[in-house]
Amino acid sequence: MAGATTAGRAHAPSRSLRHLTISASPGQLALALGIAVFLALFLVIPVGTVIYVAFTEKGTGAFTLVNFLDFARTDLFIRSFWNSVYVSAMSVVVASIFALPLAYITTRFEFRGAMLIQTLGFLPLIMPPFVGAVAMLLLFGRNGTVNLLLNDWFGFRIPFMEGLNGVIFVQAVHYFPFILINLSAALRNIDRSMEEAAQNLGSSGFRLFRRIVFPLAMPGYIAGASLVFVKVFDDLATPLLLNVKDMLAPQAYLRVTSIGIADPMGYVISVVLICMSILAMWISARAMRGKDYATVQRGGGGLSKRRMRPWESAVAYGAVLLILLLVLAPHIGLLLLSFATIWSFSPLPDAYTLAHYGRVFGESFVYVKNTLVYASIAGLIDVVLGTAIAYLVLRTRLVGREWLDWAATAALAIPGVVLGIGYLRTFYGVQLPDGTPLATLWITIVLALAIRRLPYALRACYAALQQISVSLEEAAENLGATKVRTVRRIVLPLMAGGILAGFVTSFATAAVELSATLMLVQSNADAPLAYGLYVFMQSPAGRGPGAALGVIAVLLVALCTFASHLIIEKSQKAKAAGR
Amino acid sequence: MNQPFPVASSGANAIDVDIRNVDLSYGANHVLKGINLHIRPGEFFAFLGPSGCGKTTLLRLIAGFNHADGGEVLVGGRNVSHLPPWKRDVGMVFQSYALWPHMTVRRNVAFGLEERKVPKAEIDRRVAAALELVGLAHLADRRPSQLSGGQQQRVAVARTIAIEPKVLLLDEPLSNLDAKMRVQVRRELRDLQQRLGLTTIFVTHDQEEANTICDRIAVMNDGVVQQVGTPMELYEKPANLFVANFLGTANIVPGRVVSEGGARFFDIEGGVRLPIPAHVALSEGAKLVFRPQHASLGKGGADDVLLPGTIVHSEFLGSTLRYGVKVGAAEVSIDTPFQSGEALYQPGSAVELGLSLRSALWLAS
Repeated sequence: MAGATTAGRAHAPSRSLRHLTISASPGQLALALGIAVFLALFLVIPVGTVIYVAFTEKGTGAFTLVNFLDFARTDLFIRSFWNSVYVSAMSVVVASIFALPLAYITTRFEFRGAMLIQTLGFLPLIMPPFVGAVAMLLLFGRNGTVNLLLNDWFGFRIPFMEGLNGVIFVQAVHYFPFILINLSAALRNIDRSMEEAAQNLGSSGFRLFRRIVFPLAMPGYIAGASLVFVKVFDDLATPLLLNVKDMLAPQAYLRVTSIGIADPMGYVISVVLICMSILAMWISARAMRGKDYATVQRGGGGLSKRRMRPWESAVAYGAVLLILLLVLAPHIGLLLLSFATIWSFSPLPDAYTLAHYGRVFGESFVYVKNTLVYASIAGLIDVVLGTAIAYLVLRTRLVGREWLDWAATAALAIPGVVLGIGYLRTFYGVQLPDGTPLATLWITIVLALAIRRLPYALRACYAALQQISVSLEEAAENLGATKVRTVRRIVLPLMAGGILAGFVTSFATAAVELSATLMLVQSNADAPLAYGLYVFMQSPAGRGPGAALGVIAVLLVALCTFASHLIIEKSQKAKAAGR
Repeated sequence: MNQPFPVASSGANAIDVDIRNVDLSYGANHVLKGINLHIRPGEFFAFLGPSGCGKTTLLRLIAGFNHADGGEVLVGGRNVSHLPPWKRDVGMVFQSYALWPHMTVRRNVAFGLEERKVPKAEIDRRVAAALELVGLAHLADRRPSQLSGGQQQRVAVARTIAIEPKVLLLDEPLSNLDAKMRVQVRRELRDLQQRLGLTTIFVTHDQEEANTICDRIAVMNDGVVQQVGTPMELYEKPANLFVANFLGTANIVPGRVVSEGGARFFDIEGGVRLPIPAHVALSEGAKLVFRPQHASLGKGGADDVLLPGTIVHSEFLGSTLRYGVKVGAAEVSIDTPFQSGEALYQPGSAVELGLSLRSALWLAS
């Protein structure tokens, strides 16, 4: 790694050499090496193994493309591939239909409750999509609430949840906040003068929107849309739970779990998944390049907000209410289900009970405990690594420090199912002294979660450190503090808010993660909440307790998200007061 | 450059702008209070005042981005008060330039013409002419982010004049440029305005900018037009203390105008009395106003009034020396030309101050 970077900096060999000797203390060097080893062991090698297996012949280890030919010749895989592409693309379309009106109405008009909408818009994110899937079946399925009522009143049904439709609907409802958040931010970042200049030159109404506002908001939209595409493409649990098997991620999982970890097809599919992730991110990066369109001036406001006419207001409130009802449907359905005795072939449950909660608190509490333990450790690993990498990148001149950043961020492009397969393959051969394979230990689940969430925690820590002026540290050193003591007494306290935010983000998202863990969980006693939910939701009898567990999961994550929001706000206020 | 720009008909078609009794409040904040102004055809006119005085609000009101609570705006005799911005034909150059980052320079300049459904060939010709006029024809295919601040400013001007507006509005167009560029660009702006003969309104808080390029200035403060006049009129005959203070340095000496034995005198606190012309009105709280260069130390002119003073401090300003002189209880600034070798007054030395009463003013407080 170091060799590669020195080559990259060959234009100034003497300078980088001097920096290496002068600016990197032995402690920093050791820290960097430690991180590099961690990332190599738990990210680079497992993923490398997956790619290696996909390109080698089973048994001999010789390079071959036969596996990919097999993939291309198998109808099931090709159909799965196109199904995945179709579902992902349609999810983007449907999610856009939800997000566009909400973003537009709340940023462009004086709209009562704009804040509420933006907050409610986050809610779907804090629930695993497959949990919502069950509730959606009950509400929108063939014999769900909506279709029963439609059939009673008008004599027809709408196939919301049939086959791929169901996956698209559930995924769109779950992931539309990514588009909402990015698009709203992009719209808010357009300076008022952009619009006024166009008006001044004779433009107005829809033409103005099409020629000025829309192109300026485009990069934000593409960023959100590509994220939705990748997430849907990689998701494993939702299609499985809706009994849709001919999509790529489920196929990878099914190959490995039913035929075994030696079968190359699971690895080939993994490589395809990685390629599609990278492709989507590349397209998004290309669309964004040179288009930092944030045009808001200092002291200037965003787009001017217009007051709506009464009829516009009525239409807007109607649309917003309908969309909110739709995207919050999984939550509502889950809550009903968790209190329901029997809910089948009827618009609403027959009767209500607390028994499911009793059962969850009795026998299934191990899931909650496991989740708290796993997510906490994963979050801790993430902020320690994130802070260390941010410090090395921003505050030292260590050769190759950017590689740590890139490697950690690269985890974004690795689907959970791929990481899971990589861990199984890499660590199954590694045995502990008593003979148990490393891959079966619960700590592998934690490591997978930590690697998966590292990019998010890293960005939070990075941003926190970036906001601290170097002169604050120089002042401490000038007054006699060593580098280590400066970090401890100045840098860490000032970063605390950002680190905490990073921890909570990692914790909250790790708590509902399933795609990597589904591969790695070996026994029920080691299983986290999301796995327990998955098991419960597969049997009709388990749906009640599963829903109760789901409500607990949602509350848990909501609490954490709320806490992180409070912490960030408080630290920002403290900083503003100190200024 | 030698190709005549279509609009340049030497100002024969230029029109006037009439602002009548314009009133505007944001809630309890009364931003514009009964503004009346007449901007003549082809005139380069400035709204000058400190930040928050309402000058930008007034400009945006002419462009149609703010709406008056009362009064009206007439452009070329036509009341535009109820027209939306896109129907007003008043071109505005924004303080931030507001160039659209997703369009090239050429597309930016063509925008207004495209909105007016001008034929393609005509658009090409006029965009080329506008860019030629500001000297940026070679950068037409760049993006705004690839241009320097000065170039961006010129693109913003080209984009505005390409639509041949009836009036050109400039909102602090020089404030985002460095000091050197500012001097160059303001000359270019003046030059351009003269060639196009375009009625132009310029908003600034910088008196030097306004003085150097504008025909007339409206000094504004607190939502009220304090005075309208040419730069020289405002400097020599400020109507009130605000204008006197805002334009250049002014000595403002408080005192009383008294009458004694048929003659008028001005009593400065601290026992200094000077004879003054008989037309000055009697007042208990008057202000004597004069510029630092309208008084001298040591030798006064023939009709100067002599006052006793004490040097407090001195500042070397390059071409001039500025002395702080205590006269009675008041302290005034006196500029004397700097000549090398000439002896300087030391702080504490007593001097005679010669004041030219013809240049002095008496203002009510």
